[in-house]
This record gives sequence, C-alpha cells and structure tokens, in this order.
Amino acid sequence: MSSSTQATSPRDRLAAAPWQLWLTQTLNVARIELRKNILTRRGFGSYLLAFLPALAVFMHGYVSQHGVCNLDEDTKVLAGIFQLYYLRLAVFFGCMGIFTWLFRGEVVEKSLHYYFLSPVRRELLVIGKFIAGAATSILIFGTGVFLCFFFMYSHMGARGSEFVFRGPGLGQLWSYMLVTVLACLGYGAVFLALSLIFKNPVLPGIFFLGWEGINAVLPSLLQKISITFYLKNLTPVAVAPDGLMALFTVVAEPVRPWVAVIGLLLLAAAVLVFACFRIRYFEISYSTD
Amino acid sequence: MSEHIIFENVSKFYGEVLGVNRVNLSLAPGITSLVGPNGSGKTTLMNLVTGLIFPTHGRIQVAGVSPNDPEQMFRRVGYCTQFDSFPRGATGWDFVYNSLRLHGLTHAQAKSLAEEAIARVNLTEAAPRKVAGYSKGMRQRIRLAQAIAHHPTILVLDEPLNGLDPLARAETIALFQALGKEGLHVIISSHILEEVDRISDSVVLMSSGYVVAEGQIRDVRREVKDHPMQILVRCSNPGLLASHVFAQNHVVEGKVNPDGKGILVRTRDADEFYLLLNKIASDGLLNIDAVAPADDDVNSIYQYLIGSDGGTA
Repeated sequence: MSSSTQATSPRDRLAAAPWQLWLTQTLNVARIELRKNILTRRGFGSYLLAFLPALAVFMHGYVSQHGVCNLDEDTKVLAGIFQLYYLRLAVFFGCMGIFTWLFRGEVVEKSLHYYFLSPVRRELLVIGKFIAGAATSILIFGTGVFLCFFFMYSHMGARGSEFVFRGPGLGQLWSYMLVTVLACLGYGAVFLALSLIFKNPVLPGIFFLGWEGINAVLPSLLQKISITFYLKNLTPVAVAPDGLMALFTVVAEPVRPWVAVIGLLLLAAAVLVFACFRIRYFEISYSTD
Repeated sequence: MSEHIIFENVSKFYGEVLGVNRVNLSLAPGITSLVGPNGSGKTTLMNLVTGLIFPTHGRIQVAGVSPNDPEQMFRRVGYCTQFDSFPRGATGWDFVYNSLRLHGLTHAQAKSLAEEAIARVNLTEAAPRKVAGYSKGMRQRIRLAQAIAHHPTILVLDEPLNGLDPLARAETIALFQALGKEGLHVIISSHILEEVDRISDSVVLMSSGYVVAEGQIRDVRREVKDHPMQILVRCSNPGLLASHVFAQNHVVEGKVNPDGKGILVRTRDADEFYLLLNKIASDGLLNIDAVAPADDDVNSIYQYLIGSDGGTA
C-alpha cells in the first residue's frame, strides 16, 4: 500500500467509495432473492400462515352479517389474533422460514458460491438478502393483517365505517402494520444472523421462540431483552392475560412508543452488522454442511 | 502489478484433516494444469485461490489482489467450480444474466455479454430452458459460460471436462486453447491427462495435499531422474544406431521397433544422447528421420511421480 493511501482519512475513503455501484449491486441481489422468495412453492407455508386467519375472520364476518355483532368484542378478538397468532406464531415462524433460508438454504442447495464468486462485497449480500427477506415477509404478513382488519369491520356496515374512518380504527390499522413491519425486521435480522452461526438454525430458533414465549413471566429487566416486549408496547389494543398466565405475568414498566420503534430498529441494525462481520469469514464447504 | 498467482507457504486444514500443506507456487500466465488423484488437494487449492475457503496458514495473491477482496478479484477472475448445482428454478439465461447484473452492469450490458458467452458454449437455443432439465454436459457448459461471461483475465476451471461427450469435449478444449491464445491465465484441474497434456503450458502435480512437482512439462520430466527418459528415433538403420548407443553408460535400454524402422532408447541423460545423435548424423553414418521424446507428457510424469494408485511413487 502506498504512503499516500495510508494517509487517506476514513472520511476520504468513505467519500471515494463506489456508493452507486454498491447500491446497484445490493438492489440486484434483492431483486434476484425476491423472485426466489415470492414466486416459488416454498413460499406456500408463509402464505398459509398469513392468510388462514384472514379466511377465518372472513367466515366470521359472513356468518355475523345476519346476526348481531359486537364491535368492542371483535376489536378485542382482532387484537388477540394479532398478538397471540401473528406476532407469536405466524410472523415468527414465517420469518424463521424466510430468513434462515436466505443463506442456509443456499448452502443446502449448494448454490451460495455463485454469490461469493461475484465481485460483490459480502456485506452487500447480507443487506441485499435482508432487504428481500424483509420485503417478502412484510408483503405477506402485512397483507394478512390488513385482510383480517378489513374483513373484521367491513361486514359491520355503517358502524364499521364509523369506527374505522371517524373513530380509532384507522389508527389501530396503522399501528398493526407498523408492528408487523418491525416484527419482520427484528425477527428477520435475528434469524438471518442465526443462519450464519449455526448449521441447523432451527434448534436455536426454538430456544428463541421459548425465550420470546415466556417473556411475560420473566422479571422486568429480562423482558426488555426480547423483541416481543417492544412490539407489545406498540400494539393499539392490549390483550390482558387471563387464567394461569395472569397469575405468573409480571407487568413491566412500559416504554414509550418512539423508544420501542428506535430500539427495535437499532436491534435489527446491530444484528445485521454482526451478520455482515460473520459473513466475511464464511467458508464454502458444502460437504461438511 | 504481478500477473502471477502466488502461494506463500499455504496450508489448509479442515479440522484435523489435511487439505493442502506448505504450498509454495508462483503460477505464470498461460495454461496451467493441476493434476493429481482424488483427494490430492486440487479443489482445495482452487477454492483457496478464489476465496471460497481461507488458508489456515500462509498467504495467497492473485495478480496482486487478495482473495479476501472479492470486489476487486472477481472483476478479473472467473471460476467454474465442480459443484453441479444451480440457483433454484434458474434458466440457463437467468443464471448467466443474473451473475452479470451482480457486477453492477446495466440490463443492456449484461444482456449483450450473456448472449455472447452462451453462444460461445453453443447453448443459445437451450438458454431459455430451466437448468434442472439440462444434461450434465449442458450444465457443465452453462457454468463455463457464467465463468467467462464477464471477460476475466484469469479463469479457474475445476474438472471442466467432466460429463462432456467427445464432441463437446473437443469443442471445450478448443475453447480453452482459444482463451489461452487470447492471453488468459487459465488454471485447469482434470483427470483426463491426455487432454490436459495437449493444452497445458505448465503443470502442478499434487498428491496427498502436497505439491509433488511443478513447472513446464519437459522441465518436470527432466527432474524425474529415477525414470530414464524414453526417446523414439526413426532412422534407416536401427541396428547400427543400437550398436552406437549401447556403448554409452547413460543408455539403459534400447528396443528396436517391430516395423524395423526405429529404436526406442531409454537414457539417464537426454542431453548427452542428443549430442550423440547429432554426431552420428553429421558423420553420415545413417539417416535420421525423426526424434521424439516418448514420455515427457503429463501422463508419464503422473505415473512416475504419483503412480497409478494415486500414492506418491
């Protein structure tokens, strides 16, 4: 390395970096991965997870059209579906399937080396794949949540419209969508990193599920080291624990919404930085994987 | 900047299993063949050059660039691996085109280069079909197209002739020769020694993770002192030639050809033998029609140094 290069400051190096090329390459990685994620049979599981509740809510709406429906009750049911099904199961397992497959799947299919043999910084591969995974999961689960919301209130006629457009409904929808996006980013980053550390990321994924699942009964401090805690703080309608769960639940001090949003984004960014560091030392040895 | 591919004391261990050990090489531009039995470390060496794996010890430089810098390296290097696998659902066209888009090329640039590379391996008609439906030879060729599509100056080919039928093999070898003539630095590993021999400028012989010999084929052959060189001489009077050569200490064997028009000599000092032949010819004792080394090919060197069983001889 020449002395003039050594004398170059980090700021100069950043300014001289080929940002436009990096952006193009990252978007190309994301484009290739998006096609793989969305237009394949493998995505069927995620579609099923996302749209089954929407189908159930649609059926509920169809049946209730001829009977009396309770708006407050249905709002609580929707909150329950969102918190207990979408956040704890669907988005969790959907992200597990989508994000762990981004790298580990390519190792299983012995095709990761094609990326490694291209003139692309490995960090850009991580970011491009993460963008594709995030876009896929947000699209699938965001649509699922939106359809649940739509079917829940559309059959109520004027009362439903009143609630959505002149009441708190639209705000709740935005909150649900925001939480879905943050859940996809948070879980996605964790699963992407796990897939770069473990040959079989399912086992640590189950441990992660357990940790997130028992979050409510953990001491207040430990609750804060989880994604669910921050997501729950952002949900528009609280779901009170009942039965045995209520007995063990520890009510932690809530955090402000902006703290939860920024905290989750920072967590996702930190995990991504770790994944970028990890990928630099990733070797292709399919026979041992 | 050096155009050589340099290995400085490179070792690679997979846990406790040896991949390659203490490899010191400086590969000059031209066509270089890596030859050795299965498990000798050829693929490990190629994966090290291309940064798919990292050395446990030592340092590698590819034309002045470290394999840890893919952004710089793969603008100049193409690698056709031995892995017979492809991105899920890809057509031949997608495979080549997408890899070019990863270079940051525009659609038009990538399209033009992809068309050129696919045509070069004769797969234009099959390109829109899914790779999963290709024959093994077609898969091999589309991988080759992907490796050469961005016009690399260094091409690394791991067993590129595997699965090709004789016609495709001949075409592929002709392509390698053409690429070599265009000034590309080509590194090939292959079990098909006769064909490697035809196209290689130099050879690296590997066995059990070690480099057994390296250099130009004739130079390597000269270094193999344990096995006398075989030289075929076509002449008008092989009996007379035999009487002269048997008087030399360095000649260990002479065998008259069954057609009676030549003699196969085994000698420990080829240079001395050639001097003797010159003297015989200049004295007008007999007419020499042709002189040719009979065992300075890759196959013979392989047999002498490594043996047919793959162990170091």
